[in-house]
Amino acid sequence: MAAHEVTFPITDPAEILKLRAGDEVIVQGHIIGIRDRTQIRIFDQGVEPPMDLTGAFLLHTAPGVRKLGPGRYEKICIGTTTSARMVRFTEGLGSQYGVRAICGKGGFPDEAIEPMQRLQMVYFAIVGGAAALETTQIEEIEEVAWEELMPECLWKFRVKDFGPLTVGIDAHGGSLYRDVQDRAHKKLEEIYARL
Amino acid sequence: MSIVATDLSRTVEDAAAHLYVWALKDIPQDLRDALADAAGRETSVTGQRVLQTILRNVNVAEEEKNLVCQDTGLAVYYCSVGEHFPLHPARIYAALKEGTERATVEHPLRSNTVHTLTRENTGPNVGFRIPIVHWDFVPDWDGLDVKCVPKGSGSENMSFLKMCVPADGVTGIKKFVLESIVGAGGKPCPPGIVGVGIGGSADYAMHLAKEAIARPVGTSNPDPLVAQLEDELKDLLNETGVGPMGLGGDVTVLSVHVENADTHMTLNPVAVNYQCWAARRASAHVALDGSVTYERDA
Repeated sequence: MAAHEVTFPITDPAEILKLRAGDEVIVQGHIIGIRDRTQIRIFDQGVEPPMDLTGAFLLHTAPGVRKLGPGRYEKICIGTTTSARMVRFTEGLGSQYGVRAICGKGGFPDEAIEPMQRLQMVYFAIVGGAAALETTQIEEIEEVAWEELMPECLWKFRVKDFGPLTVGIDAHGGSLYRDVQDRAHKKLEEIYARL
Repeated sequence: MSIVATDLSRTVEDAAAHLYVWALKDIPQDLRDALADAAGRETSVTGQRVLQTILRNVNVAEEEKNLVCQDTGLAVYYCSVGEHFPLHPARIYAALKEGTERATVEHPLRSNTVHTLTRENTGPNVGFRIPIVHWDFVPDWDGLDVKCVPKGSGSENMSFLKMCVPADGVTGIKKFVLESIVGAGGKPCPPGIVGVGIGGSADYAMHLAKEAIARPVGTSNPDPLVAQLEDELKDLLNETGVGPMGLGGDVTVLSVHVENADTHMTLNPVAVNYQCWAARRASAHVALDGSVTYERDA
């Protein structure tokens, strides 16, 4: 398992292709916060997102913030939510908007493996619940769109040393979640035989 | 309300506001110990990465005086009301609601509560039938104990109920717990506490599972037969290899807590309620004279 540092947004897909399931990654640059209602608006209600998502790193989040003024927010506590609820948006994010990385906790089910391989995307696993640490790695909230969906807006954060993340699903058809689940289900059969 | 009741109402409100924030910022010592112990025995690289990050996070929360997890949850309170406590439960409920709202606005805390159909956010973490309060009434006593257990949605979404039949026996119960936790994978932020409720009725089994997660790690069910089931389930779950955050490893759960009730001869309900590693709980004891003592577990 290798360790990498990647700066987002990326322009060269090689930055994604070098990552393998299980690798450790630290992220620099800019990341975009997105959540259930944000993606429902984009894909189910057909509203174009007012931010460029090309080469982007998306974070499944709904941050805790304090409003400072019009469109200006200060971070209070920013952490990451369960990704599986939002798996069906993966294909569209990659094919229509050029998103390269989705980061969340708990993993994506197997239906994400094929589109991520085809569209050269990765899924990064963050440590769920570790929001106090995550908040220190977010330097600034630079932009907010769709404030009426608070806290499920579209957020642009500048980050420093964001992680450590684990590559959960890579762009080569590898998924740590599928492997762990396959092994666990085999083990269950063994356990059931003993009960 | 009498002057005494008005003052007590304000006291309970203050206590609720304090408990909600305290619970969110400061992880109980039993959890810290269990997480450190988990890091001591985890052999996988990804599992170690996760556990070390969790331990680092608990310390950062303390240093930065920040919340451990951004999910401020649904505010859930357990109240034990003494027979001679002068504030009626209706007023206690109102005070808990006020306190939850105040903490949310003053800190500020993220508001999670939405209308269940329109999904519109209701505002300050209160709403119709929110917060959720469970009641217990104690004879020959004049005090009030309030325990705040804010529960995040990542783990609450991993709740499962099965109406096993009597012929499924204890094996059916074990299989259901195992398949539920393996199926949940990394979603509920493992390693955490698995709450299991067995017996009673469908709703009561889930209530018991929820009560079970509020127990400190290291405690056992007083019934030796049930305690044995807790130990066995913990060992079996840690054999599955799901690991920290579902990325593979030795430590899938920190603890399994089972609460039981007798049941109907044709029922065999089993409920599973997962508690993530950030198992937050805080308690207050309110005395008749309005003095408040804060303790982890009242």
